[in-house]
Amino acid sequence: MNSGYAIDVKGLNKSFGAKHVVNDVSLQVGRGEIHGFLGPNGSGKTTTIRIMCGLLKPDSGSGTCLGYDIIRETDQIKRHIGYMTQKFSFWEDLTIRENLDFVARMYGLADRRTAVDQTLENLGLTKRSNQLAGTLSGGWKQRVALAACMLHDPQVLLLDEPTAGVDPGARRDFWEELHRLSTLGISVLVSTHYMDEVERCHKLAYIAEGKLLTRGTASEVIAAQGLQTWAVYGENLAEFSKTLQNLPGIGQTVMFGVMLHVSGKDGNMLESSLRKVIAGKPFRMEHVETGVEDVFIYMMKHDAAHSGEKR
Amino acid sequence: MSRLNGFSLLRWWNMVIKEYSQLKRDRLTFAMIVGIPIAQLFLFGYAINTDPKHMPTAIISADQSEITRTIISTLKHSEYFNIVGVLPNEKTADKALARGNVLFVINIPAGFTRQLIRGERPAILIEADATDPMATGLAIASASQLARQVSLKDLTGSLASLADAAPPFKVHVHRLYNPEGLTQYNIIPGLMGVILTMTMVLMTGLAITRERERGTMENLLAMPVKPIEVMTGKIVPYIAIGFIQITIILLAARFIFSVPFVGSLSMMYLAALLFVNANLVVGITLSSLAKSQMQAMQMSMFYFLPNLLLSGFMFPFMGMPTWAQYIGNVLPLTHFNRLIRGIILKGNTGWDLWPSIWPIILFTVVVMAVAVKFYRRTLD
Ligand SMILES: Nc1ncnc2c1ncn2[C@@H]1O[C@H](COP(=O)(O)OP(=O)(O)O)[C@@H](O)[C@H]1O
Ligand SMILES: [Mg+2]
Repeated sequence: MNSGYAIDVKGLNKSFGAKHVVNDVSLQVGRGEIHGFLGPNGSGKTTTIRIMCGLLKPDSGSGTCLGYDIIRETDQIKRHIGYMTQKFSFWEDLTIRENLDFVARMYGLADRRTAVDQTLENLGLTKRSNQLAGTLSGGWKQRVALAACMLHDPQVLLLDEPTAGVDPGARRDFWEELHRLSTLGISVLVSTHYMDEVERCHKLAYIAEGKLLTRGTASEVIAAQGLQTWAVYGENLAEFSKTLQNLPGIGQTVMFGVMLHVSGKDGNMLESSLRKVIAGKPFRMEHVETGVEDVFIYMMKHDAAHSGEKR
Repeated sequence: MSRLNGFSLLRWWNMVIKEYSQLKRDRLTFAMIVGIPIAQLFLFGYAINTDPKHMPTAIISADQSEITRTIISTLKHSEYFNIVGVLPNEKTADKALARGNVLFVINIPAGFTRQLIRGERPAILIEADATDPMATGLAIASASQLARQVSLKDLTGSLASLADAAPPFKVHVHRLYNPEGLTQYNIIPGLMGVILTMTMVLMTGLAITRERERGTMENLLAMPVKPIEVMTGKIVPYIAIGFIQITIILLAARFIFSVPFVGSLSMMYLAALLFVNANLVVGITLSSLAKSQMQAMQMSMFYFLPNLLLSGFMFPFMGMPTWAQYIGNVLPLTHFNRLIRGIILKGNTGWDLWPSIWPIILFTVVVMAVAVKFYRRTLD
């Protein structure tokens, strides 16, 4: 084993036809770490994850997953990782138990029955184990899928948008489960486009148009962008935010419940623009610390503008 | 090479269980398994008329004279008969007929010329393979006219006096295997292969593309299961389905269409196993090539059509142009048709069947190699 990382890939490239979907991506995930993988739709998250678990061959680049080469030792990788696909990919015309049994047999689990029974009990699905998987709701499907890809005790979990379309309560439970696993030393790479989940990751990576733009802890990511942020309180903030567009120094406005976050790179210009607009109006403003959400939204807009220019 | 290493019976059996569990919940497929044979059996109750020519014919000639040569050349001129050889005796003739090497044997007995000149009206025996009455019917009719044609044209000079009276010799036609010339005898066993081709190729064709279309293929590929385990595991339940269909057809043949069953039942099931396998392998290969269930369906149809038209099921094989026969000879259905008619109607066993068996085996092996090569281990 050459590196202490659970996942260590360098310079990955992948094109589909003329489309460069993964562009020189390098990524390391430490052991026991929950690594968030963010980016807008179509930015190449799924493709990158598929390369890491040996489902796609990169055009160039190299790397290891649990010390196994991602190009030559895919059989070993498959045995030791758990991969949860973006779309539910268990058999909807099999029952929950049949699905779990199938997975358990594929990995050659010694005590299959106990493992499956235990999993069903942990899920609280013992009574419904003979229900067809296709009849489960979205949240339950995600939970079953996670449980199924955990059956063989993998040391690395690759989760592709596991919480997409899942209600907030189920999402919270899901993240608690991930943190429990991480304390057991399991490494997790989880892609998402929910900004509020960003805070729950130990480390983050942000990808746009196939390029990895930012990596690091939340505070590192925030520091790297160098944004200043003011929170504005008052009535009709949505209307108000429109008047702020295109003013000097104002990079973006984001609604957060009862307040509006206004951010920009040039702190002085941002503040003076804001004060001018607010003067004489029933609004209150205060300087706040830039959150990781502000940063990612800023990056997303920034990239969207970029790609708009190119086209 | 590494693809065959470490084949796990456990994982393979796991695939079988999974396919079976899915199949038993798939009502539509089940309806297809039973519905297709029954619908086809009744649809094809009717015959398609054709007029094949140049059918392979052998001659046993114990008497050679100018007259017998005239008779043979008249036969050739009718265009129905293509004389492919001269056989020494009846035993070899029977064998050639059983194997389907020839469809007719023309037997001119010893002393034929002498008896003819004496005015004793000797007989020529024509043995015909009447398994497919459509193929041989018109030829038999034309042969019956033989005596009259020969007498009118060629018996001149000293023999001219004979021409005026009744024909100078008789033609006895002996219809083998299907004496009454019933088309069902030919169509119903032939249908077995057609139905198996259609359902086996289609169902396995859909089996893998379905995984791909529903996204479950990604899950399967992410697990430590080998391509060969997936493919062969998927095949097994369909073999069982094939056998159910065969049994339905056999029962219908026996009790609805009263087709006689001369040969060995176990031999028939063995032949069917071989053939079912060939088709499943085709289905798996098509589904490795197809990107969607729709494409798999189209490809199955594309494969099915030449099978239907060029295998000797729809049109008598001997009546097809040579190029079509070449194509037909590649298709397993062609050989299965011969095999199954040979077993059911002629009672063939053992080495008589071999000429129709090895082409099916060869076909299966070649297509399987293509399937393993093209099975995508990644999502590319
Ligand atoms: N198998 C494929 N063939 C062609 N294009 C693909 C394929 N898979 C993904 N893409 C394209 O690559 C881009 C990135 O896709 P993906 O990795 O799924 O992004 P994300 O998961 O971030 O939404 C998309 O534009 C998508 O259309
Ligand atoms: Mg994706």
